[in-house]
Amino acid sequence: MFDKNLRGMIDDVKDGRMDRRAFVKRMIAVGLTAPMANQILAIGGVAMAQSPNPYKPTKRGGGGPLKLLWWQGPTLLNPHFATGTKDQDGSRLFYEPLASWDVDGHLNPILAAEIPSIQNGGLSADAKTVIWKLKPGVKWHDGKPLTADDLVFNWEYASDPATAAVSIETYSGLTVEKIDDLTIRITFKKPTPFWANAFVGAYGCIIPKHLFADYKGGKSREAPNNLKPVGTGPYKFVEFKPGDLIRGEINPDYHMANRPSFDTIEMKGGGDAVSAARAVIQTGEYDFAWNIQVEDEVLLRLEKGGKGKALFAVGGDIEFIAINFTDPNTEIDGERSSIKTKHPILSDPKVRQALALLVDRDSVKKAIYGRAGRTTANYLNGPEEFVSKNTKWEFSVEKASALLEQAGWKLGTDGIREKDGKKLKLLYQTSINGPRQKTQAIVKQACQKAGIDVELKSVVASVFFSSDVANPDTYAHFYADIEMFQIPMTQPDPALHMRRYHSRNIATKENKWQGPNFPRWANKEFDAAIDAADTETDPIKRADLYIKGNDLMWQDNVMIPVMHRLAVEASSNTLRPALSGWANQTDNLQDWYREN
Amino acid sequence: MSQYILRRLMIAIPSLLGISLVLFVVLALAPGDPFSELATNPNVPPEVQAALRAKFGLDDPIYLRYLHWLAAMAQGDWGFSFVSRVDVDTLILQRLPTTLYVVGSSQLLALLIAIPVGVYAATRPYSVFDQLANTFAFIGFSLPTFFTGILFILIFSVKLDWLPFVYTSVPGSGIPWLLEMIRQAIMPVMVLGLFQAASMTRFVRSAMLDVIRLDYVTTARAKGLGQAKVIVKHVMRNAMIPVVTLVALQVPAVFGGAIVTEQIFRIPGIGSLLISSILANDTPVVMAVTFVFACLVVLFNLIADVLYGWLDPRISFR
Repeated sequence: MFDKNLRGMIDDVKDGRMDRRAFVKRMIAVGLTAPMANQILAIGGVAMAQSPNPYKPTKRGGGGPLKLLWWQGPTLLNPHFATGTKDQDGSRLFYEPLASWDVDGHLNPILAAEIPSIQNGGLSADAKTVIWKLKPGVKWHDGKPLTADDLVFNWEYASDPATAAVSIETYSGLTVEKIDDLTIRITFKKPTPFWANAFVGAYGCIIPKHLFADYKGGKSREAPNNLKPVGTGPYKFVEFKPGDLIRGEINPDYHMANRPSFDTIEMKGGGDAVSAARAVIQTGEYDFAWNIQVEDEVLLRLEKGGKGKALFAVGGDIEFIAINFTDPNTEIDGERSSIKTKHPILSDPKVRQALALLVDRDSVKKAIYGRAGRTTANYLNGPEEFVSKNTKWEFSVEKASALLEQAGWKLGTDGIREKDGKKLKLLYQTSINGPRQKTQAIVKQACQKAGIDVELKSVVASVFFSSDVANPDTYAHFYADIEMFQIPMTQPDPALHMRRYHSRNIATKENKWQGPNFPRWANKEFDAAIDAADTETDPIKRADLYIKGNDLMWQDNVMIPVMHRLAVEASSNTLRPALSGWANQTDNLQDWYREN
Repeated sequence: MSQYILRRLMIAIPSLLGISLVLFVVLALAPGDPFSELATNPNVPPEVQAALRAKFGLDDPIYLRYLHWLAAMAQGDWGFSFVSRVDVDTLILQRLPTTLYVVGSSQLLALLIAIPVGVYAATRPYSVFDQLANTFAFIGFSLPTFFTGILFILIFSVKLDWLPFVYTSVPGSGIPWLLEMIRQAIMPVMVLGLFQAASMTRFVRSAMLDVIRLDYVTTARAKGLGQAKVIVKHVMRNAMIPVVTLVALQVPAVFGGAIVTEQIFRIPGIGSLLISSILANDTPVVMAVTFVFACLVVLFNLIADVLYGWLDPRISFR
């Protein structure tokens, strides 16, 4: 029924009987909006709206210097080698993609003349091809024209395994061909409902063929331009010191009118998040600081100084407690947490349910994340149309105790529950990080009240998140009963985010713990939903499949969501940055300006 | 003399080899790897990580990696940063001038404070001035630089708004550029310099006191020489022998102490390079920087020994 209504509504928009905004509003009402609502319209045959960021300056330049403070300095400036977002942010000052995600999760054309849609012939109904048209007259900083050959080259460069580009996944499973000098066609091997990945956003930045053609494959690291970017972006490269400083100057030939507003740009690296926040909010030495992972209490105190403020951008990053479905204390063939075992305590759904009842999300929000967090019952928290409305959470020690009682765990004389002479004891691990240790303490306290003995463990982040096969303390080895960390959502689509927990991706010794399904959860229904979603071209059905996946995870308590985390930035009061929770901070840099 | 130096240099080679071996093994056994940031990124498939590991030779056995490193080092190749994909020597050379500027100025400041104060305090032991100097010296070296650094930031940047606390390379040239360079270096140089000056003052004072009681000083005074001449020409010259040794031996330690200060003030020096490389598990850079520190220690030990003999001819080189 819903399906039919929707098709009617799409037709209404097409014929002009309903405006886009009304359509998107209806979508919100049924739990569907933003990027996917627009992709629905796009596949339904309605051109995507362009919602340019507000931009007031009426001339190029004259805005003085823009000083950015990244407490982790970019270490390299080739977007295809960007190890972390810091490197993507640094590269993005000079390189540009065809389109970037704006505040609402819409595609905002950068180098593209228009966003592909069925109407303009850019998209095919079978979701297998995309045709992108380049803006004419765009020049590289060295004066050479940008052409379709550059785009084809970027695909060849990144998809060559010998190049060892981190963007390889974005560019594999598809072919890129040149139609004419300003047009390319992307052909996917399978129907790809989320087509806006290659050449879009952080991994979509385009490097010039004429400077990198000789350094494809095994010689990639020798390219002199890895450190001296020549791009199409709003700023031209001046100076780069890895980990310390990037300096750029205005690109007088930039392809967008009146942009950029600033004459020079500086991105300084190093230090820590708190002092970065201080330099922007309190002393005003810098205009903007990135990723201010500081307790909200501290930010509120700094804001009293009045030179700057904290900004929050909503994305889909989720902080969660994952449950181990296998036994971390039994070794089978030299492997603990082996898929051949079952967790002695946590394989009982009642115990998992009780644990979920013991995570006091309100207190965690109040005491730690403040404005930078939202409580949630879902693992999948965005974009809107993928967010399940069927789930709920609560905090109740009584209900948890009752559940444990039902499961046969009786209170012992020492206040710890036991069953068949075995104590209810759990090892709870996470990385070393102030907010995480505080959350651990809050959860531990509630567990104690319910008669669960929780042992806390924290591991240095560089070890916890490493892919070191020999180290038993990584999150992927998961030699603990429960563990907590954050998984960021890097694009406004849940495919990658949800595919992790497919049972074929379980982390084992055999795949060197590189399988991303670290809770070792296997659920046939979930697998089927994810497999179906991967090739489902109907956006509504596809969103339903992911919601179903999320609900299955919720029912089974695979993940106990702790906090839906927002990106936190510090900005001077006069700066007007264009930020989006679905993009990196510098992704819409051309639209930044200062209001006096 | 030259034979002595040559022999000392020859002895330094095996000790440096030993140091490099220990450093390498410890770093190789340390947990973590440079591509950890990729681990939670769903856009990056595990195969890419594996390919990167193989490409940078992280999967080879330790002894093979050490031999590779040693062979390359002997040819002047310092290695290749995993994280920046740049040669390590480029990274180090890029940051050396800043460290030399900050550490050098702070060392100079320390000497400018320590020598006059120490000497003056020694000529009037247990006077009010001496007591005051002692008290400040004790406070000075019991407060760690990370504490005084933050204290300075709170006072001079946040409260008074006089000085910037983010050290950055300023574009431009001429007098305004020079002034800006000095302005932003004031706080870090003060923090490091005062810390050094505190312990050095104590040392200068006791060295002076040792010499000032000797008979030849009394003789000099009996000859009718003025106080200033006695102190500067006769006492100080001999008292400085241990001080020079101490200063030479402290130079590598100052590089180490600057690590914390560099981090606080975001000074793009060798210390902050070391910290960020350790955090990113960028082993080749960590290896190179620690090895440079090791070389500095060995070198300055040698310089101290040579200086010692030159200042006091009674010590012969054998």
